[in-house]
Amino acid sequence: MSTIPTETVQPGKASLLYDPKIRGYVYQLALLAVVGFLLYSAASNAITNLRAQKIASGFGFWHNAAGFDVNQKLIPFSASGSTYGEAFYVGLLNTLLVASIGIVLSTFLGFFVGVARLSSNWVLSKLAMIYVEVIRNLPLLLQLFFWYNAVLKPLPNPRQSIELPAGALLNNRGLYLPDPQLGPGGSLIVWTFLIGIVASIIFRIWARKQQEATGKQYPVGWIALGLIVVLPFFVYLVTGRPISFVYPEIAGFNLRGGIQIFPEFVALLLGLTTYTAGFIAEVVRAGILAVSKGQTEAANALGLRAGPTLKLVVIPQAMRVIIPPLTSNYLNLTKNSSLAVAIGYPDLVQVFTGTVLNQTGQAVEVVAITMAVYLTISLVTSFFMNIYNKRMALVER
Amino acid sequence: MTDATLENSPYAFVRKETLPQETAPLSVAGPVAWIRANLFSGPVNSILTLLCIYIVVTTVPEMVRFYFIDAVWSGTNRDACLADKIGRPVGACWAYIGDRFQYFIYGSYPVPQRWRVNIVFAMFALGVVWLLWERAPLKKVGFFFFFVLLPIGAYVLLLGGPNAEGFLRWLIGLTLVLMVVYLVLSFVPALARFWIGPAFLAVEEALPPWKRFYRPKRLILMSLVVFGLIAILADQVGLPRVDTGLWGGMTVTFLIAAVGIVFSLPLGVILALGRRSKLPIIQLLSVIFIEFVRGVPLITVLFMANTMLPLFVPQEYSPDRLLRPLVGVALFAAAYMAEVIRGGLQAMPKGQYEGAMSLGLGYWQMMRLIILPQALRIVIPGIVNTFIGLFKDTTLVTIVGIFDFLRTIEATLVDPTWATPTTRATGYAFAAMFYFLCCWGMSRYSISVEKRMAAGQKR
Repeated sequence: MSTIPTETVQPGKASLLYDPKIRGYVYQLALLAVVGFLLYSAASNAITNLRAQKIASGFGFWHNAAGFDVNQKLIPFSASGSTYGEAFYVGLLNTLLVASIGIVLSTFLGFFVGVARLSSNWVLSKLAMIYVEVIRNLPLLLQLFFWYNAVLKPLPNPRQSIELPAGALLNNRGLYLPDPQLGPGGSLIVWTFLIGIVASIIFRIWARKQQEATGKQYPVGWIALGLIVVLPFFVYLVTGRPISFVYPEIAGFNLRGGIQIFPEFVALLLGLTTYTAGFIAEVVRAGILAVSKGQTEAANALGLRAGPTLKLVVIPQAMRVIIPPLTSNYLNLTKNSSLAVAIGYPDLVQVFTGTVLNQTGQAVEVVAITMAVYLTISLVTSFFMNIYNKRMALVER
Repeated sequence: MTDATLENSPYAFVRKETLPQETAPLSVAGPVAWIRANLFSGPVNSILTLLCIYIVVTTVPEMVRFYFIDAVWSGTNRDACLADKIGRPVGACWAYIGDRFQYFIYGSYPVPQRWRVNIVFAMFALGVVWLLWERAPLKKVGFFFFFVLLPIGAYVLLLGGPNAEGFLRWLIGLTLVLMVVYLVLSFVPALARFWIGPAFLAVEEALPPWKRFYRPKRLILMSLVVFGLIAILADQVGLPRVDTGLWGGMTVTFLIAAVGIVFSLPLGVILALGRRSKLPIIQLLSVIFIEFVRGVPLITVLFMANTMLPLFVPQEYSPDRLLRPLVGVALFAAAYMAEVIRGGLQAMPKGQYEGAMSLGLGYWQMMRLIILPQALRIVIPGIVNTFIGLFKDTTLVTIVGIFDFLRTIEATLVDPTWATPTTRATGYAFAAMFYFLCCWGMSRYSISVEKRMAAGQKR
């Protein structure tokens, strides 16, 4: 072996052109310049164009009189005297209404179909598979058109309403439900019901803690049923049945009394629920399949029967996989509710980006507000999802 | 124990021969046992099975009757599909689909010019097969065909006309600029070689191949081809102009889907790389764009494209009615594509990046030659799934007034020529079949790719 040269190698002096740091700065500055230029030219063009078309800018329109009416409203709204701002809230509440009910219903349907697809019952699993494949491969808009135009529109007119159990009527103007009227002492029932829900949640948390600490399990479901259903019913009987119903009845060419649920709402709800349920079913199936078979076998080896195995071993682990995509499906449902505009359900997009935009012509402001609403919903949800994910993440050795 | 020892056994009570195997009892094998185990294993299961069978029995024969047995297959107007006119119960009115079929495909595109649409369809089919068929030859040319030639060819063919100037002039200008850039990049070293001669060549030869001076001959050739196509087809051939307001039907549906994929894939790659970049401003801008677009519904993006885009550009360049939703759809799909591709980039083992860097590759070389080919391959199923979503979302352009396939169906439903009680059910069934076949076919393809890749991973 010869002697090794010991001189140290000097790092080559690279030209500034090849310094990755300098290059990085240059690229970023260039990008900023391009984006800045685009934004600037868009803004200046917009100002010129708006001036040329004599369209006002700013949010002053918010307090102007709207001059149109909306059929479904959760807050008072009328063509005379309501403002565009109030129209915004009407639309927003309608969006939130259909989204929240849709989320609850599609969760139930989705979990049922997802579990059905894994069922050992051949007929059931094949039917679930057909449902999922058909629903997921058809555009939501087509499904909404189907529900609205092909299912609900051909219903008979109000005079020939289909009579449903419990005094409800169904016709082409919607579903008419009996309107509950609270008599004296009736509010007590509502309060008992609400307190029952809160108490059940508290009991559930307490039971969970107890189970984690001692392994003892409590019949949460039965106690919740007692608190939420039986107790208010008991109060109902004790206070002397203070709830009466106003039933819808035919009056001339229309119906009087009762709560009217508009066909647009029903169609949108049906479409969103069945569509999202198809996706949730796949999420649930993937989540359950993700729990390795060893877990079930180990639970069986410990002597757990099928029910407790599912409840205590498989589902808690499957939920870890299910919840993140489930949330994104909830968000998709909320965003998809904007398709309401196609069938005329007065949601945020239909009322605000549709009617208000057409009347005021202030596209920039109106579209920006609408987008901000959806963006806020998305960002808030993903913020909570991140917290949840951090809490649920597997703690590895 | 073997037979020999059995026979030799000294005990009388030990059997001398092996008994033949008994068939399994009927309660554990055979169809009856299968039915019992799978359909009626308990009370809940039995009820569910009966319920399912009830659903099938009530719906399937009814649908078969409606769509096949009672259906009307030919006719020229609504009289063929009215029960009291033909004296029998009427199911689906397929005659209406047959009558309006051309309209569903081409919309109001002028009849003598429809061969142009057909050529674009054929080109599109060729490109799709070329790219999706794993063993098709010359994949690189296929990419060039699908992402460069097809869009330009389709644009020129569908729109036609020497009137197509505004956008065309831009395109020609852009091509010219690109050509100048390529020429400079390639001719400077060439001139150096020529003037400095052997000395320069020696310097160049001493460098490893990837550091030699840029010689993009092929790119020059390609841009020349592109330029030639534009110039010849648009200005020389002089096809009559067909305004976008006349386009419609499946043509528009496929057009939106194709534009979506052609633009969203490269844009998505750039956005995904931007989001993974170490440069903070680039990363921030990419994240803002991606999260913003993913946080809002497509409808609002379409409304924005429809109402705000014309405000953001000078009045004389005001975009075409059809171009606006195309921009919206492409940007929307790009954000979703970016997230899929980011998944692929993150799935690449760090060793791939380090290996590429240790070979001395720069960032773009590393991405182009090592990372992206692998990352894109593993996310093909995700890309196809995003594309299925995009395909279904093309129906939303209906709402901003574009005559896509679904809109043409709706339009024919209000046409009195075919107003019958069963027209609507027929039209929707036809639309459902179309969308189902396209989306289901794509998902089958994605599953088959997934399987093939899983086979490659198996040891």
